[in-house]
Amino acid sequence: MTVQNTNTLPPYVQAADKGTARYRTLLADNLERFGLVAVWVLLILVFGVLRPETFLSAANWEGILGSQAVLVVLTIALLIPLNAGDYDLSVTGVLMLSQMLIGVLGAQDKWPLLSVLVICLASGLLTGAINALFSIVFRVDPFIVTLGTGTFLQGIVFWISGSNTISGISTTLINLVAVDRFLGIPLEFYYGLFLTIILWYVLEFTALGRRLLFVGRNRDVARLSGVRVGRVRCGALMASGLVAALAGILYAGTTGAADPVSGATYLLPAFAAAFLGSTTIAPGKFNSWGSFIATYFLITGITGLTLLGAQTYVQDLFYGGALVLAVTFSQLARRYETSRIP
Amino acid sequence: MIFSFPFSRDSTRPVRAQPDTMNDRQRMVDTQIAAKTLAPSQNPPPVIELRHLSMSFSGVKVLNDVNLSVQRGEIHGLVGQNGSGKSTLIKILAGFYSPDPGAELFVNGVSIPLPLQPGQFRRLGLSFVHQDLGLIPSLSVTENFRMAELSTEERWWIDWRKEHRRVSATLSRFGIELDPTAKVADLSPTDRAVLAIVRAIELMDSELDRTSATYGLLILDEPTAFLPATDKDRLFEAMHNIARARASVLFVSHDLDEVLQITDRITVLRDGLVQGTVDSAQVTKEALVEMIVGRHFQALQVQRAGIARSTDAFAVRDLYGSLLQGISLDILPGEVLGLTGLAGTGFEEVPYLLAGVHQAAAGTLMMQREHYDLREMTPAKAIAAGITLVPADRQKEGCEGSLTVADNILLPVVSRYFARFRLDQRQMLSDVRRRLDQFQVRPPRPELKYQALSGGNQQKALLAKWLPMRPRLLLLHEPTQGVDIGARQDIFRLLRESAQLGCAVVCATADYEQVATVCDRVLVFGRGGRIVELAGEEINKERIIEQCYMLMG
Repeated sequence: MTVQNTNTLPPYVQAADKGTARYRTLLADNLERFGLVAVWVLLILVFGVLRPETFLSAANWEGILGSQAVLVVLTIALLIPLNAGDYDLSVTGVLMLSQMLIGVLGAQDKWPLLSVLVICLASGLLTGAINALFSIVFRVDPFIVTLGTGTFLQGIVFWISGSNTISGISTTLINLVAVDRFLGIPLEFYYGLFLTIILWYVLEFTALGRRLLFVGRNRDVARLSGVRVGRVRCGALMASGLVAALAGILYAGTTGAADPVSGATYLLPAFAAAFLGSTTIAPGKFNSWGSFIATYFLITGITGLTLLGAQTYVQDLFYGGALVLAVTFSQLARRYETSRIP
Repeated sequence: MIFSFPFSRDSTRPVRAQPDTMNDRQRMVDTQIAAKTLAPSQNPPPVIELRHLSMSFSGVKVLNDVNLSVQRGEIHGLVGQNGSGKSTLIKILAGFYSPDPGAELFVNGVSIPLPLQPGQFRRLGLSFVHQDLGLIPSLSVTENFRMAELSTEERWWIDWRKEHRRVSATLSRFGIELDPTAKVADLSPTDRAVLAIVRAIELMDSELDRTSATYGLLILDEPTAFLPATDKDRLFEAMHNIARARASVLFVSHDLDEVLQITDRITVLRDGLVQGTVDSAQVTKEALVEMIVGRHFQALQVQRAGIARSTDAFAVRDLYGSLLQGISLDILPGEVLGLTGLAGTGFEEVPYLLAGVHQAAAGTLMMQREHYDLREMTPAKAIAAGITLVPADRQKEGCEGSLTVADNILLPVVSRYFARFRLDQRQMLSDVRRRLDQFQVRPPRPELKYQALSGGNQQKALLAKWLPMRPRLLLLHEPTQGVDIGARQDIFRLLRESAQLGCAVVCATADYEQVATVCDRVLVFGRGGRIVELAGEEINKERIIEQCYMLMG
């Protein structure tokens, strides 16, 4: 039997072993994990009390859950390379290209819907591959590469649309996305939910998810452990392109039109949701459930304030503030955690 | 600043008569009087003199009543093993450490109270050049040279042409030709070392002028460790020119041949005590090694080149890395092979080159009739081939501190746990728990974050990551660095067990004690690709250190 000198154990482990402090540690951990959920519920209560007729109405909730599914999907696109340690700023560029391809090829040139959708997804994959080429093979910082490709794609969007908004998006698509409902909520909410579940599954339950985690946290360790870092990063960037293209398809279905500008406004909210999401559910990791909750938390806040009469600029205040606070909070949490270790 | 070269050891350089020598000498005499020197003027005081210097760390005496004096115009060598107190002495002069009370310091005959304040050494006329040289590679020679002044002066406009000319003039005073606009990164390592030394002199000179002190001391802390042997003459010439003018030189090095070549006297430290101060012209290398090691030097009984004659052996041939120039060695399954040497010999590179972590410029590895080109080797391929590496830097390359022990340990084999569409968490945890028990990692809790473990346990966990993969070739670099005594014994045992099970274990370390304890065979690396093999009785700490020094020339 090995004799274990408990004085060599780190303090919080000692405390946990002692039983009494165990309850305290558990509480602290759960507060961190579900803090955002609690705040969200609180927010709903507050707005519900202040504006029961409008805020708690079915129409309001259909709007919140339904139309913002685009943001949920875009955030998922962002999360994949973020987990690998790369920033992908081209996601909105891909979204807008996808949306415009549906407009130009689908509405204007009347191509069959299925082919157009395939082309959109392919454009996302291709963008991801180009990003990977420059980031991994030529070793340019992905932040800069994707900033460039994203802007480039925006230029293409203006080009193919002639700077016009194209309406008349296929009604099949609009139905599939925004009109048809299940349990009173538009189907796009469920697409977002589905993708959240898939990403959660991959990150938590697959070997690929573990490898991705290490690639993002410590590339040297990953490489020395036999992980093919280049391939993982490439896959992450291509997956991000694919999902961003999907977000573009949903956006076209939601708005029923393809315009060359509004998609770009989603970039910061997606980052805000991703970072805010990393403070909850699985704190310290960019996780899909966290982003899911963070997205709807942010939307709830904005919608509530709008119903109370706030102007549209409140969106920027919310997103900007949430991003800074979320990152600060997770930094402090990390420092606190490492300071507890002897 | 005017320099005269009246005494040049190497008389191939013409002596230049300088104007204003009379004023210069007059100034020196004035400042001598002003400084109230203790010695009469025929016998100038030593530039620096340390008496009764002792220093303890937690009760352990690192320096024990050390007396050291460096005369004017002298190049004084300071040699000793790692841990002999050399670096502590240097750091005391730099003001980094406070020595024990009772120590005395005299600079040019003037008593200076210890401990020194950080930075005070500058005002005393001391100047340091460390092994890393302190140059910025992406900037030019001029920018590096004038770095200190340019960044602190309040100037709105920098006349670069004038600066370039100044730098050229200064360099040529020392007989050095360098393009002032060249980027430091483009210079050869020797040129960089020369630049660093001349810069140190210049800074010292401007300080000496300001404070009207008389003579300075340039302290070179192992500047040549990474220099190719062929280029050193230029460096030594520059050093000679410097020493005769306004500064003496305290030269710290492991390379005994170079120390014998360039210095006038040598002080040997061992375990914090001065073993002696000898005249370089009259001492032999063997005598020096004896003083350093503390044992009577005997010629090696058996000397082999490191190539064993066995078909089972893993053969490394013609390995070229950033320091290694075409070495070959054999590794036998079932043995623990130690690789050691002094800094700059390249022994530390071998594990990383074989595992594909650093790219080899050339080299091949033959393992049981499988042939590998080491230029193409990657960590993933190495693992597939049964080669695993335990790197020295645990936190950066071994495991990720912010993730759990379980995640870290199973990363190389995590795919094996994917069954029925999910990772079998329970199996993973139980396997990790078993490994932690087997490797005696405390506490044996898989869900703890890796950084929560102590150093020794972190290292054992790192071994628990790699050893159960039953590699054919296990490469380790400094496996007991930062590890407590108890864990060290555990790790030695684990390595020997691995070898007994048929693994070929290669342990690259500068810890001679460890090499002597755990290895069956030892290869000592020296300069110029020389390797000496030690086996059997020859494997002891003193013999290993001896060979390290003997191979450095």
